[in-house]
Amino acid sequence: MIEVRLFATLRKDRGKILYLSSADFHTGSEILAHLRISEEDVAIFLINGFHSKPDTEVKAGGCPCCFSSGGRRLI
Amino acid sequence: MANSYYEKMARINLTTGEIKVEKLDMELAKKFIGGRGLGTKMLYDEGVATVDPLSADNKLIYITGPMTGTTSPSSGRYMVCTKSPLTGMIACSNSGGIWGAKLKYAGWDALIVEGEAPEWTYINIEDDKIELLNAEQYLGMMSEALDEELKKVHGDKASVLSIGVAGEKQVLLAAIMNDKDRAAGRSGVGAVMGSKKLKAIVVKPSRSNLEDIIYDMDALKAANKECLSILRANGVTGEGLRAYGTAVLVNIINNTGSFPTKNWQESYYEKADDTSGETLADTYLVKAGACHRCPIACGRIVNVNGKVVGGPEYEPLWAYGGNCDNNDLNAIDEANMWCNEYGLDAISTPCTIAAAMELYDKGYIKEEECDGVPLKWGSTEAIVEWTKRMGNPESPLAWLMSSGSARLCEHYGHPEISMSVKKQEMPAYDARGIQGIGITYATSNRGGCHVRGYMISPEVLGLPEQLDRTSIDDKATWAKIFQDLTAVIDSMGNCLFTSFALGAPQYAALLNAATGTEYTPEELLVVGERIYNIERMFNKAAGMKPEDDRLPKRLTEEPIVNGPSKGQVSQIKITLPQYYEARGWVDAFPTDETLKRLGLDECVGK
Repeated sequence: MIEVRLFATLRKDRGKILYLSSADFHTGSEILAHLRISEEDVAIFLINGFHSKPDTEVKAGGCPCCFSSGGRRLI
Repeated sequence: MANSYYEKMARINLTTGEIKVEKLDMELAKKFIGGRGLGTKMLYDEGVATVDPLSADNKLIYITGPMTGTTSPSSGRYMVCTKSPLTGMIACSNSGGIWGAKLKYAGWDALIVEGEAPEWTYINIEDDKIELLNAEQYLGMMSEALDEELKKVHGDKASVLSIGVAGEKQVLLAAIMNDKDRAAGRSGVGAVMGSKKLKAIVVKPSRSNLEDIIYDMDALKAANKECLSILRANGVTGEGLRAYGTAVLVNIINNTGSFPTKNWQESYYEKADDTSGETLADTYLVKAGACHRCPIACGRIVNVNGKVVGGPEYEPLWAYGGNCDNNDLNAIDEANMWCNEYGLDAISTPCTIAAAMELYDKGYIKEEECDGVPLKWGSTEAIVEWTKRMGNPESPLAWLMSSGSARLCEHYGHPEISMSVKKQEMPAYDARGIQGIGITYATSNRGGCHVRGYMISPEVLGLPEQLDRTSIDDKATWAKIFQDLTAVIDSMGNCLFTSFALGAPQYAALLNAATGTEYTPEELLVVGERIYNIERMFNKAAGMKPEDDRLPKRLTEEPIVNGPSKGQVSQIKITLPQYYEARGWVDAFPTDETLKRLGLDECVGK
């Protein structure tokens, strides 16, 4: 299981926390695509508390956090 | 020649009532810009470093920068420079709103206030007219009511700076308030004002712009245009801060595991989202607020129990929230409101409450000392009630707490529980999980502070580039550059938040257009370095010791116990010598060679 935490405007129509199967997603990019979040709309991307690039591997038990910068484009 | 200065200061002696108009030393202005830099230099030259901070010998300098009140972005800042009664060192406390711009519109670059009034007094300024008026009838008034009352007397176009009850009582955590809820909050500057029996300064200028003194208005318009474009395109300044205020940091910092919790005993707070900018926006937020000419609008206007007031920044949200193990957002809003009303530092006050909660939890503060409001972790009653008590202290414990956590914890024999540097409380970023911010905490000339070199920008927000927050590589150099650039911005009169998007080239363009200087970005950073060094020399004269540049033991000896940064400690013992080397300092102070290189020859040998 992967716990995905969304913040700021990324929560709109998606919620705060999503649980995804680690069998279905292997990288942050795959998770963002699934959530229909453009990588350029993510200001900060953390995996387990550490800054990461979206193409970083996300392992089972991992916790990606996605922060938008405010996100007029997403509203 | 128009140069964005009026080249005029007023020296107001409250003891004698004498008011003298003095010419601003433009050679000094060139070397120190204005605001923080020039104010500190004047205090140093006038021998303030060695005086008792709460005596008539201390001086208060209210000083603008050359950009204050101009059309440049976020240009409402003024500084209060004095010797701090909290730290015993330099205090330069910075505030926004509109008061600073109006002081400039009235034709004054600075006010130097000396002495002690024989009775409670306020200063009224209407352009060239400066008068001292009796303030006895305003004693005991809350900030908002006082603002409204003085506007009834002087008109709605007046802007009011004042102290609250905390300042009247010379509480060491007292702030100076302006425009109701803006604060020169840190280092106890309000206590100095109270010691002089100066209740308020009202400014009502006839001008509403500075176009008559700008060196090159066309160049300034061009520089403004470029800066606004950059600020609007930047995610933080263009959208993030307006949408969520600085409170957007709650979730960001918490999820890096660097959100000090329960007085820094932990560093990740499970309930942090309850107190976040996102939650604030969904609940108590009425609207965003902005200072003079600010496109960022980070201010929060909130509803507290039916009353619309200025809301909390990130730091009080953290300090009253996770740091007190409290997730009640309404209680935080209310406690923050009382900080504004009583005129208290909204960082040091809740941090001291957090320290008191740890002292209580460990049995050092006894229940019978608490006058019916035990200092239990997470108690909303405690954070609200003890804030009021610290703003108007009567009991022995309230007096102790109103003196800050360092004195409080020392009194109970546990100085290690105070999370402070130079007796001033550190803000909301754990220096164990974010290494660079620890360097700026330890070496801040005004004590524990995040806005003397905001390393959170590169280490967490990725601005201007992303650094590894856990690494110490190059952090000393980065910290120095951030400190020097911050000193420049504070001296210009622009808001530090513009630096999320702007860099030295943009600040140089703004300053050169307004003043006619020809600074390169590199030269501007040298000015910032000069300012940082004159502050350090003030502190040396005030009795600072090398061991004052230190972090609390908890950060160097107790690894983080939970969250993503579990196991980390601050590496300050490695980075501090690197920092001194980068600065050209030995044992915490500039060498003579460094002073000469920076044009501070008057400090050589001292």
